[in-house]
Amino acid sequence: MSGPDTAAAIAADVRAGRRSAREVLDEHLARITRRDPELHAFNLVTVDEARRQAAAVDARVAAGEDPGPLAGVPLALKDNLCTRGIPTTCSSAILRGWRPPYDATVVERLRAAGAVTVGKTNLDEFAMGSSTENSAFGPTRHPMDPDRVPGGSSGGSAVAVAAGFAPLALGSDTGGSIRQPAALCGVVGVKPTYGVVSRYGLVAFGSSLDQIGPFASTVADAALALEVMGGHDPKDSTSIPQAAPSLSAVLGQGVAGLRVGIIDEMRTGIDPDVWARIEAAAEALTHAGATVGTVSVPAVTYGLTAYYIVAPAEASSNLARYDGVRYGLRVDAPDTATMNARTRAAGFGPEVTRRIMLGTYALSAGYYDAYYGKALKVRRLMAQEFDAAYGRFDVLLSPTSPTVAFPFGAKTENPLAMYLSDVCTIPSNLVGHPAMSVPFGTGAHGLPVGVQLLGPALSEPVLFRAARVLEEAMA
Amino acid sequence: MSERITIEEVAHVAKLARLELPPDQLAHYAEQLAGVLEHFADIDALDLTGVEPMTQPFPLVNVLRDDVEGPTLDRDEVLAAAPAALDGRFRVPPVLGGEP
Repeated sequence: MSGPDTAAAIAADVRAGRRSAREVLDEHLARITRRDPELHAFNLVTVDEARRQAAAVDARVAAGEDPGPLAGVPLALKDNLCTRGIPTTCSSAILRGWRPPYDATVVERLRAAGAVTVGKTNLDEFAMGSSTENSAFGPTRHPMDPDRVPGGSSGGSAVAVAAGFAPLALGSDTGGSIRQPAALCGVVGVKPTYGVVSRYGLVAFGSSLDQIGPFASTVADAALALEVMGGHDPKDSTSIPQAAPSLSAVLGQGVAGLRVGIIDEMRTGIDPDVWARIEAAAEALTHAGATVGTVSVPAVTYGLTAYYIVAPAEASSNLARYDGVRYGLRVDAPDTATMNARTRAAGFGPEVTRRIMLGTYALSAGYYDAYYGKALKVRRLMAQEFDAAYGRFDVLLSPTSPTVAFPFGAKTENPLAMYLSDVCTIPSNLVGHPAMSVPFGTGAHGLPVGVQLLGPALSEPVLFRAARVLEEAMA
Repeated sequence: MSERITIEEVAHVAKLARLELPPDQLAHYAEQLAGVLEHFADIDALDLTGVEPMTQPFPLVNVLRDDVEGPTLDRDEVLAAAPAALDGRFRVPPVLGGEP
C-alpha cells in the first residue's frame, strides 16, 4: 500500500500533467460519498463548484500555464470561513443558509494557488468546544472509533484529512481548536503566530486570540499551505506587515544544537499514556542532536481561567451582531429589542449561550476589574514568563491534549471538564505565539497522541524543522 | 469575587446580552456559571500588582489605509441575505413604542 496522497505529490503530478485535477477530485469525492455519511466531517460538499474549479486547473495546465503550488489539491474549509455565495453556517442555527457576499482572504489565496475547495466542515457552534459535539447539525465522529469524538472545535477538518477526504483542510484556533483535534485524529495541525494569517472572512470568536491554520497529513504539506495562505493582508488591521514565512526550504535542516524545553507545568493532569509519548519525543529530538531540558512557566497554570474570561468576553461582543437584522435567523416580535432577544435565544445553542453569558458577566459593571482586568494581567505575566523561557530555549515541548480521543458524552454535562481539554493549547493563543501538533504514535486504545511544539513569535521555521524530525522518527 | 452568582444576576446578564431565556434555563445557567466562576477564583492567588494588562498580542496602532476608493460589497447581495429588506435598507420591527 502506498503512503497518503499528499498535497505535494498531487500538485507535482497535476502541474506535470501526469494526473488531472478532475481525476484527483473524483477519487476524493468517492471517499467522501463512501464514508462521510457515517463520520459527518462535512456540513456541505460543494461538488459542482469543486468540479468547476478542477476543470479550470486542468484548462490552465492544458494551456501550458502553471496553476500554482497547490494545483488540483482538494481543500476542506471549516464552516466558519466565508465563501462567497456558498452557505457558511458556523454550525449554528442562527446562520443556517446564510450565503456570504465575499470570500475569506485565505480562501482566495489558496484557490489562486490551484487548490480545489470541496466543502465546508463541521465544527462546535461558532468554534466553541473541544469535541464537535456542540454542532447544531450533529456531531462529527472519530475515523478510527466512531463512538469517540474527533476533538474540536475544528473536528470536521481534522477528520477530513485523517479520513483521506482532502489532503489539506483549514481550521481556526482560538484556544486549541486546530491543534487538539489534530492530535486526537493523528494529523498535523498548526496555529501560526497571531497576525501571520489574515483573519479577514473568518467569523470572529475571540478577535485577539483567533488564527486560521492548516491541517495536513505531513509536515511538508502543512508548510506548503501556510506559505500560500500567510503574509500581510491590508483587509486585516492585525495582520503583520511582512511576507509569509519560508518553511519548505528549511524543513530538512534538522535540530542539531537546538535547545528544547519540556514545560514542567504541562505535566500535571496528563494521562500516563500521553506523557510516555512526550518522553519518547524528547528522546527522538535528543537523538537528532537537540539538547532537552525542563523549563517552568508558572503562569500557564492560570491560563485556563484567563482564557475562559478573555475568550467569552470577546465572544459576547463579537456575537452581538447576530440579532436578526442583517443575516441569518429572525424570530418575529412586535418590537426590535424583543425580536433581537427571541432570535438570539432561539438561534444559539447551549454552549454559545453559556459563553455569551459568562463574557457579558465578566465585562459587566462591578465585575470588570475582578475578572476581565485581572485576566489581561495574567496574560501579560504569561508573556513575560514565556519570553524568559525563550532566553534559554528555542522550542518548548508539551502534550497537545491531556488525553486521547474520548467517548461521546463524556464531558458534555460538565463545562469545566471539557474546558480542561485545552489546558496545554490555550497559553499560545493568550500570548499570540505559534504552536503546532505533530502525531507521535499512539496511546490508550491504540488512539493517536499529538506532541505540541511551541515557540516565540514568528518562530514557525524552527517549529517546522523540529516537527519534521519527529515525523521522520515515526516513519 | 467568590460570592455565588444568583438567578437575579443571571437574569440581568441575559437582559444585557439580549437573550430571552425562560426561568428554568436561568436556573440552569446560574448553576453552571457558578461552577465556572468558582474555578476562576484560582487567579486570586496571583500577585498582579504592577503588571500591565495585555489586550492583544502585538499592539499595532493607527493602522490606516490610503484614502482611495476601492471595491465595496454589493448592496443587493448583502440585502439578499437579510431576513427583511425594503428600499435598499434592512427592515426591522418598530424600535420605539414596544417593550422597554
